[in-house]
Amino acid sequence: MLIDAKELGYKEINEKIRESGKECEIVGALGQRFIAAGMSGKTISIDGVPGNALGAYLNGASIKVKANAQDAVGDTMNDGLIVVGGNIGDAAGYAMRGGKIFVKGDAGYRAGIHMKAYKEKIPVMIIGGRAGSFLGEYQAGGIIVVLGLKNESAHDNSGKIVGYFPCTGMHGGKMYLRSDCEGIKFPGQVNVAHAKGKDLDELKEYIGEYCEEFGLNADEILDADFTVVTPDSKNPYKQMYVAN
Amino acid sequence: MSIQYIYPEFEVIRNENRCIACRVCERQCANEVHSYNEDKKVMISDESKCVNCQRCVSLCPTRALKIVKSDCTLRENANWQNDTIKEIYKQAGSGAVLLSSMGNPKSFPVYWDKILINASQVTNPPIDPLREPMETKVFLGKKPDVIQRDENGNIKCEMPPQIELSMPVMFSAMSYGSISYNAHASLARAATELGILYNTGEGGLHEDFYVYGPNTIVQVASGRFGVHEDYLSAGAAIEIKMGQGAKPGIGGHLPGAKIVGDVSKTRMIPEGSDAISPAPHHDIYSIEDLRQLVFSLKEATEYKKPVIVKVAAVHNIAAIASGIARSGADIIAIDGFRGGTGAAPTRIRDNVGIPIELALAAVDQRLRDEGIRNNVSLVVGGSIRSASDVIKAIALGADACYIATAALLALGCHLCRTCQSGKCNWGIATQRPDLVKRLNPDIGSERLVNLMNAWRHEIKELMGGMGINSIEALRGNRLMLRGVGLNEKELEILGISHAGE
Ligand code: SF4
Ligand code: SF4
Repeated sequence: MLIDAKELGYKEINEKIRESGKECEIVGALGQRFIAAGMSGKTISIDGVPGNALGAYLNGASIKVKANAQDAVGDTMNDGLIVVGGNIGDAAGYAMRGGKIFVKGDAGYRAGIHMKAYKEKIPVMIIGGRAGSFLGEYQAGGIIVVLGLKNESAHDNSGKIVGYFPCTGMHGGKMYLRSDCEGIKFPGQVNVAHAKGKDLDELKEYIGEYCEEFGLNADEILDADFTVVTPDSKNPYKQMYVAN
Repeated sequence: MSIQYIYPEFEVIRNENRCIACRVCERQCANEVHSYNEDKKVMISDESKCVNCQRCVSLCPTRALKIVKSDCTLRENANWQNDTIKEIYKQAGSGAVLLSSMGNPKSFPVYWDKILINASQVTNPPIDPLREPMETKVFLGKKPDVIQRDENGNIKCEMPPQIELSMPVMFSAMSYGSISYNAHASLARAATELGILYNTGEGGLHEDFYVYGPNTIVQVASGRFGVHEDYLSAGAAIEIKMGQGAKPGIGGHLPGAKIVGDVSKTRMIPEGSDAISPAPHHDIYSIEDLRQLVFSLKEATEYKKPVIVKVAAVHNIAAIASGIARSGADIIAIDGFRGGTGAAPTRIRDNVGIPIELALAAVDQRLRDEGIRNNVSLVVGGSIRSASDVIKAIALGADACYIATAALLALGCHLCRTCQSGKCNWGIATQRPDLVKRLNPDIGSERLVNLMNAWRHEIKELMGGMGINSIEALRGNRLMLRGVGLNEKELEILGISHAGE
């Protein structure tokens, strides 16, 4: 079904998506929020720029955006796929517990905060460009990958792969950064290492999938140094308290 | 003994003439205070581990036991009190933050106890609830400001989603993890039988309890544990937890040791991993952001569920509530500084936040002044201890009350305030299977139902005495209240007159 979003508010758009069959094409998105919130079993393509909280609580639907998306992409997402061809705003993938978010360009601040995982449910977020500060704060599970590829739409590609304070309070999951991470300050409770062996195999799988979405060359991307960050304790606050 | 040695707070007194060395106390005490001395054939105790939970006392078949406060204390000092000194010893020894459980035990004023309720005499006759119908039912949610009619002149009856309660009390948020499976089962069953709601807290909803969905509030906190589409759709309402009265401004932290088995599954995090709820929701830095979360939840549940925003009572609560009332939330829950907790830093629990009585009065007044009181319902918690507290809260402007500590007491809690240890001898604040099974959900739910039914009778009786026959007519009716021993400022904030006026 084709949905012309130009004259519609978010409530109407979501009603139309629910009414439509499996396939759904939205054109003329103009910052409407909450598109596809909580939805499952739909394949949605979006032309134009969707607003905040795109695919919040997403439960298995697949969303593809050609242009940019705004803040809170995939908030508390449970399952499904969100692909963004441009850049995304702040707080993407907050508390995400499953599914995948693939972004071709850059991510704003606070991406992947409190991502978590349980058994076979492992969320994956791959950012093609660079990520802002506070990446993966309180990360409790899942996989965050930042590739640092040249972003055509950015004015300046010389900055670091990630901003300030990545991984603060991280206590689970993994982060891969396609960089030697020189000059990036990590907190004390994480291990920062050169990715090799099993880590690289895992990465290969995800990058392969990512490259397929955007028609990129996986071998070229993988032919670089990756840093892997993991927490060194699942209980970062254990020693802080005394019973009173 | 070392400089750090602290003489045990309690003494275990065993009447040797009565003790038959049956060893019940030994089996009952998870703190391992009691043991049997084979050589001397007597029970002995290590009182240093005793938390005064009264479990052994309650189960000793010969009533041989009692626990008393030790009289071995430091020299009396009104400024440097015993507890203060002991806390310093603990911190000097560990370098750690003090962690406590349950509500603020300090002697701050309890305003409920300084407010008195009116009764009718002569002119406006009291109503006898045994003889006349009394309405205790309440509906929570946005109410329309004006009556709207369609083109044929018929009243438009569609209302925003409402919660229907048979009486103005609900069980407030306690997560599965901080309390046991059997405690949750008791609350869920009792709420269903009573026609009220209980609240999952931030630990998700155990799959066994989805059947109680129509009587469940599902909570969304900053850690978003166990939050997914099915969970959101399962409840009768969704509560966004912004804060908690016992620990305003800080997050939650369930230690990895309690994330075992089904708790891990329900929270959807690995066993042994700490469950950390960050202090803020990192996607909410403003009322605008809150509005975004409120509406994302409404969109995800197709506007079928009211959304509650729960905040702690803090200094600017009236302004904060005004913002929340404009955020699209249907209900505001305010938690006073005496609210309970499974674990909170002592200093925060005992020093941060304000009394719920003052917060409630200020918020209700502010929302009325701004003409937005009907935008939201108000639910208050933070040490509602009795039916008369409920009546006073409603007369001060609340639509309903949240209770938690009172509910746990009904389940057998003895307020030993060591929930953080995970060794609750009453099967409530623990995940140890041998302890959890001490709480029988059949009995637990029955006791909760009893408690609420008793309160319902008292509420009717108190209302009848005032000549009021429905909760609706009592709400915000501050003329029914008088203060005793309160100063002018307190009376002004509470919006009530002094007794005798
Ligand atoms: S901790 Fe409880 S059960 Fe153990 S000795 Fe003290 S009062 Fe008795
Ligand atoms: S719940 Fe258990 S541990 Fe907590 S105060 Fe009550 S009896 Fe003590």
